[in-house]
Amino acid sequence: MSRIKEVFTKGKAFITFITAGDPSLDITGQLIIEMAKSGADLIEIGIPFSDPVAEGSVIQQADERALKGGTTTDKIFKMVEEVRKQCEIPLAFMTYINPVFTYGGERFLKNCKNCGIDALIVPDLPFEEKGELEPYCNKYGIDLISFIAPTSHERIRMIAREAKGFVYCVSSMGVTGVRNKITANARDMIRLVKAEQDIPCAIGFGIATPEQAGEIALYCDGIIVGSAIVKMVGEYGADCVRPIGEYVTKMKKAICSY
Amino acid sequence: MSEGRFGIHGGQYIPETLMNAVIELEDAYNYYRKDPEFCRELERLYQNYAGRPSLLYYAEKMTKDLGGAKIYLKREDLNHTGSHKINNVLGQMLLAKKMGKTRVIAETGAGQHGVATATAAALMGMECEIFMGKEDTDRQALNVFRMELLGAKVHAVTGGTQTLKDAVNETLKEWTARVEDTHYVLGSVMGPHPFPTIVRDFQSIIGKEVKQQIMELEGKLPDVLLACVGGGSNAMGLFYEFIHDREVRLIGCEAAGHGVDTDKNAATITNGSVGIFHGMKSYFCQDEYGQIAPVYSVSAGLDYPGIGPEHAYLHDMGRASYVAVTDQEAIAAFEYLSKMEGIIPAIESSHAVAYAKKIAPAMGKDKIMVINLSGRGDKDVAAIARFKGVEIHE
Repeated sequence: MSRIKEVFTKGKAFITFITAGDPSLDITGQLIIEMAKSGADLIEIGIPFSDPVAEGSVIQQADERALKGGTTTDKIFKMVEEVRKQCEIPLAFMTYINPVFTYGGERFLKNCKNCGIDALIVPDLPFEEKGELEPYCNKYGIDLISFIAPTSHERIRMIAREAKGFVYCVSSMGVTGVRNKITANARDMIRLVKAEQDIPCAIGFGIATPEQAGEIALYCDGIIVGSAIVKMVGEYGADCVRPIGEYVTKMKKAICSY
Repeated sequence: MSEGRFGIHGGQYIPETLMNAVIELEDAYNYYRKDPEFCRELERLYQNYAGRPSLLYYAEKMTKDLGGAKIYLKREDLNHTGSHKINNVLGQMLLAKKMGKTRVIAETGAGQHGVATATAAALMGMECEIFMGKEDTDRQALNVFRMELLGAKVHAVTGGTQTLKDAVNETLKEWTARVEDTHYVLGSVMGPHPFPTIVRDFQSIIGKEVKQQIMELEGKLPDVLLACVGGGSNAMGLFYEFIHDREVRLIGCEAAGHGVDTDKNAATITNGSVGIFHGMKSYFCQDEYGQIAPVYSVSAGLDYPGIGPEHAYLHDMGRASYVAVTDQEAIAAFEYLSKMEGIIPAIESSHAVAYAKKIAPAMGKDKIMVINLSGRGDKDVAAIARFKGVEIHE
C-alpha cells in the first residue's frame, strides 16, 4: 500500500495546501512541520506557476508572491529535502504540467523520489494526457492523483478504474477559492468511484470552515483545504505559522468529531 | 495519447472540469461540419453578413516601388468588423447555437476578436462576455466601447501581465465556472483540441479564396505567402489550403518587439522552447523552470507567449518558416502601406507587410507574393500617434 493510501486508514484525513515560497521557503518549511504537528495527515506543496488557470485569486496571488521572491523548482526540492529530515508526514507536490514538462518529466519525478515526495497532483493533466508523466510516476513510485469534477459524469468510471493514491473530487464548478456553499453532488460522484475501485476519495475546492468540513467529511475519506490557509499566509506573512497551526487543529477536530 | 495532435504538438491539457465540454464540442463539430444545412447557413453568413469573398488586390504601386515580386494583398480588412476574426466567430457562433448554448465568452488582445464575437452575439441573440487584459483595454479603449455598444460585457483582466495571455487565463477560468450553457469562442488556432482544428477550418476560407482568385488572375500559384503570427489564425487560414503545394513558400511573421535579443519581444518560434500551456503542447516563451515569460509587442494582437500547435508542427517539419519583425519595422510598414496604397493596415498585419518590404525587392518580377492583410488599422491610429509622440484630441 502506498504511503498516500495509508493516510486514509486512520480515519478521515485532513489534507492541507500551501504555496511553496510564500512568503519564503523558510516559512514554508516551518509551516509543513507545524501543520503535521497540528493534525494534518497529508500536505500538498504548491510549486508556483506564472499562470495557474485552475486557481482563484487567492492562490494565484500567492504564486505571484512566491515567484517574485525568487522561488524555483530546484530550491523547493532542497527545502523538502531539509524538511524530510525532521518530519515523516506524507507530502504531495501540486503544480501545473508546464513546470514539470519543462524541468523534464523523468528528472522531476526522480528528484521527487529522492527528496521524499509521495504524490503528484497536476490539475491541467486530464486522464487522456496522463501518459505524459505516468511512466515516470510508476518508475519512481509516486502516485499521480486523478481528479473528478461535477461535469465528469460518465468519465468517472474510467478515471476511477486507473486512479492511484486517492481521488481528488472537485466539489464545485470553477477555480479554487473559499465558498459559502458547496453545491455539487459529491456524494453521488464518490459512490460512482467506489463502485469501480476501493480507493479513498477526498473533497476539495471551496472548503474553509470547520462546520463545512465536518459536514462533508460524513461522506468522503478526506477534506482538502487550500485557499483558506493560503489566505492566512497572505494576511499574517512571516507570522502565519502559529495561527495556521491553530486553524489546522480546529479543522482536524471538526473532521474527526462527526 | 489524446486526439488532435500535430506531430508532438497539440493535445488537451485542461482541467477535468472542462473535458466533457471539449468532447461535446468535438462531437458537435464533427457532425455539423458535414451537415449541408449548417454549411449553407455559414456560407450565407459569410456572403451576406461578413461580405465574403474578400478581395485579392494587386498592390501595383507597392510592387513598382519595391521593384521585385508582384504583390497581392488579401483584403481581410474589408470584412465586416474589420478583420479575419469574423470568419471563425461566425462558424463557432453558429455551432454554439446548434449545440443549444445561450451564452458565449471570449478573450481578446487587440479587440478584433472581441468585437467580432460581440457582433455575432448581437446578430444571433446570445449573451456575450469578453475578457481583455487591463493594459489592452487602455491601449484599445475604442474597441472596448465598441464591444459594449454591441451589447457585450467587457471584463478588464488585472492579473499577471494584463495582456492577451491573462485574458485567455480568465476566459478559461470563467468557462470552468460555467460550462453548461456557455461556449468559449476561442479566437485563434490554439488552446486544447478541437479548437486549433475548428478555428483553422473556419479560417481556411482565406486560403481557398486566394487559390481560386490567383488562378483566375495569374493562372498559377503564388510563390510566397506572408502573414503575421500571434496565436496564428490568419496565417493558418491562409497557409492551410497550400500546405501540399510544396513549391509555395509559407512565411509567418512574429513580433520581435524591441528586438529578439532584448527582453521585450513576443517571438515564440525564434526564442521559445517546447512547453505545455493553455491546453496545448507547442512552443512558448518561458524560462528554464517553465514559467511563462512576460512578452511584449506594440501590437496587442501579437502580444502572446505561445503559437498554435499546427504552426509549431509546420516549423518542426520545415514546411513553413517563421521570421521576427520589430515594432519599428512594423510601424514603418504601417505608414508605408497607408501612403503607398491608401490602405491603413492593422499593426498586426503590418508585421507581414514589413517582411514583404524586406524580401520582395530581391525576388524576380515573375514571382508572386500574397500578403494576408488580416485587419484594418483604424483601431491602431491613436496608439501609433502615441508611439510617435503625436497628441490627438478627440
